[in-house]
Amino acid sequence: MKEGYELIYKRPKTLTTKRMHYCPGCFHSTIHKLLMEVVEEMDIQDKTVGICPVGCSVFAYDYLDVDMQEAAHGRAAAVATAVKRMLPDRYVFSYQGDGDLAAIGTAETLHACNRGENFTFIFINNGIYGMTGGQMAPTTLEGQKTTTSPYGRDVAKMGMPLKMCEIVSQFDRVVYVERVTCNTPANARKAKKALKKAFEYQGKGLGTTFIEVASNCPSGWKCTPVESLDWLKDKVYPYFPLGVFKKPEEKE
Amino acid sequence: MPAKGYVEIAVEGCKGCNLCVINCPKDCLALNTSDTNSFGLYYAYLKNEDDCIACLNCAVICPDAAITVYKKAG
Repeated sequence: MKEGYELIYKRPKTLTTKRMHYCPGCFHSTIHKLLMEVVEEMDIQDKTVGICPVGCSVFAYDYLDVDMQEAAHGRAAAVATAVKRMLPDRYVFSYQGDGDLAAIGTAETLHACNRGENFTFIFINNGIYGMTGGQMAPTTLEGQKTTTSPYGRDVAKMGMPLKMCEIVSQFDRVVYVERVTCNTPANARKAKKALKKAFEYQGKGLGTTFIEVASNCPSGWKCTPVESLDWLKDKVYPYFPLGVFKKPEEKE
Repeated sequence: MPAKGYVEIAVEGCKGCNLCVINCPKDCLALNTSDTNSFGLYYAYLKNEDDCIACLNCAVICPDAAITVYKKAG
């Protein structure tokens, strides 16, 4: 450290020192970092329980220095329900990708939202099955080429991309739904605020909170991290609009 | 007068995704394409220390939390 300078930003202590296995530029690691900054700021490291999914973030328990529980593929919502009911004073989050939350785990997700289980969903939507080699996911955009839709997604055969935020915001007992991203520092700061708000609402016991992250997948989309930001801007945000879909009414 | 800053980028932590380089408002950072770290990846470095304003943009966007930011005291 240079003399006369003071430290203003460093890697959060709640993130382990282990090097993350994610591809360069992946938003998974950005969200890991933002989430752990929130945990550090709220000082809830010993009261937080995370549920790992199956997918790219299957090793999240190696990086997030909080209590973690691995769930079977798609069943993170069910495991999170159990953890939250057994330990109601803990901050519980399920960290899931689109293959986990929106494909194999749709039923668990929708029923947990319908019951209004008091935990936070963190949903990383990159529109592709990243870990298994870039196959088409329910959230793949119309016309997007993947290894299982080499001519682009044909909506006549495969249906439209699933908008999870719009779906879960219909449930009465879901209190906070927001879609965020982190393509720019400003959006990353907004994402962090959204995560913090979700944890605060959970702490008050208001109901289910759901944060969707419109993410990238440079390897699966076959582009560089910088090019993936252009794709996000041109194609993803028009179809998956960012913003707050539902929030609790503020008491005056 | 804008704040004066200084960043440290962990060479082994950097994966060379270039996101900090394109998001630096003062064009202080660059990707070192003549050398690699032990993983065989290019890494970013502070090219122009004098212009850094400690805005934290690079640190916030860095996916691998490899950036530490310092600000001149006072």
